[in-house]
Amino acid sequence: MRDEDMNERRIGVRDELRKRIVKGPDGIEFEVDPISDYYCDARPEVRPGAYAGIVESLFNWARSESLWILGFGTGCGAIEMRPLMTPRFDAYRYGIQWRPTPRQANLFVVSGYLSVKTLKRVIRSYEQMQNPKYVVGLGSCTINGGMYWDSYNTIKKLDQYLPVDVYIAGCMPRPEALLAGFEELKRIIRAGKAEGANLYAENFDWYKANQKRVIHDWDMPDYNW
Amino acid sequence: MRTLLARLKERFALGPITEQRPDLAFVTVERETLRPLLRHLRDAEGFTHLVLLTAVDWIEEGLFQLTWLVHDRRRARDIGLRVMVARDAPVMDAVHDLWPTAATYQRELKEMFGIDFPGSPRIDEEFILEGWVDIPPYRRDFDTLKFSEETFEHRAGRGTTDPATHMREHLGIQGGSK
Repeated sequence: MRDEDMNERRIGVRDELRKRIVKGPDGIEFEVDPISDYYCDARPEVRPGAYAGIVESLFNWARSESLWILGFGTGCGAIEMRPLMTPRFDAYRYGIQWRPTPRQANLFVVSGYLSVKTLKRVIRSYEQMQNPKYVVGLGSCTINGGMYWDSYNTIKKLDQYLPVDVYIAGCMPRPEALLAGFEELKRIIRAGKAEGANLYAENFDWYKANQKRVIHDWDMPDYNW
Repeated sequence: MRTLLARLKERFALGPITEQRPDLAFVTVERETLRPLLRHLRDAEGFTHLVLLTAVDWIEEGLFQLTWLVHDRRRARDIGLRVMVARDAPVMDAVHDLWPTAATYQRELKEMFGIDFPGSPRIDEEFILEGWVDIPPYRRDFDTLKFSEETFEHRAGRGTTDPATHMREHLGIQGGSK
């Protein structure tokens, strides 16, 4: 009964995403279909490793030393990342820095609780990041919902929706715990086990089904790169 | 405050009055009285600031209690006006023409409690929730735990410990509530 109810009340596509006629500066009118014109919706592909193991190890070592974090604070955990940018903790000495756009980042730190509304933006941002990319779940909320375990609007298990490499437990974890978590992530990358992007591509349908189960007003392509 | 309430009583039909503090009182009024009373408070009595508009779900009585809290900056006092609205027909008059900020509260109440304010700007648009499919979540008959269990995947192994029990059994600390 709930499913029918959901379909009936499903919210339509937003106005700015509808197909429309636009008049250009030269006076020529043309049609714009934002969903297909503004996004590339090709499915993600599994990227094989380098031709030789030793080369891939070198690559992985290099990747582990350049963790560029997308500056996207999803919850209160974002406040614990700020001290890392100060001289006291100075995460930059580990090759970690923050970037303002997903195109320049390869590490997504999901910092704290994730509401369904934010999850939608997180998915879009994650898909726009370049391969290889990593996800760190920060705080109890990303692990099992934390103090929001009975909330109607926050997800409880982040790895249902995105491939998570490392969880950092705590509510909130201290900056030291974050640094330890990043060091753990580096070990995982060097061991060649941080294959989140490939995992996402392999189990793409499973991830999409999970995402769409909670995001009812899905008004974007399945993969927006 | 006393003199103000006495003055208001002469002009308007006021219901039960609660004097919380010397500078804060709550008055329950009928739906029709609310608008003229708010206008009078704003224009004649110096209550220039709408602090908040909020709702309480009295599910046992079948009522929503709406509260408009207005503030008088000059004399540093607040007065809260309450209107009871039937739960099965939750409609109330919009006051966004008196205070534009009310429009935001009205949108929130529409989304979270399902209380309609006809004529309020963008009242039917989504406010915070996106693609909400259940009954408004702040209504007390909305079971948030049940919804959460049905909607989201939960990780097994979650446990809770009562702090008092833990302290007694593991730390040997007695006391607190029995």
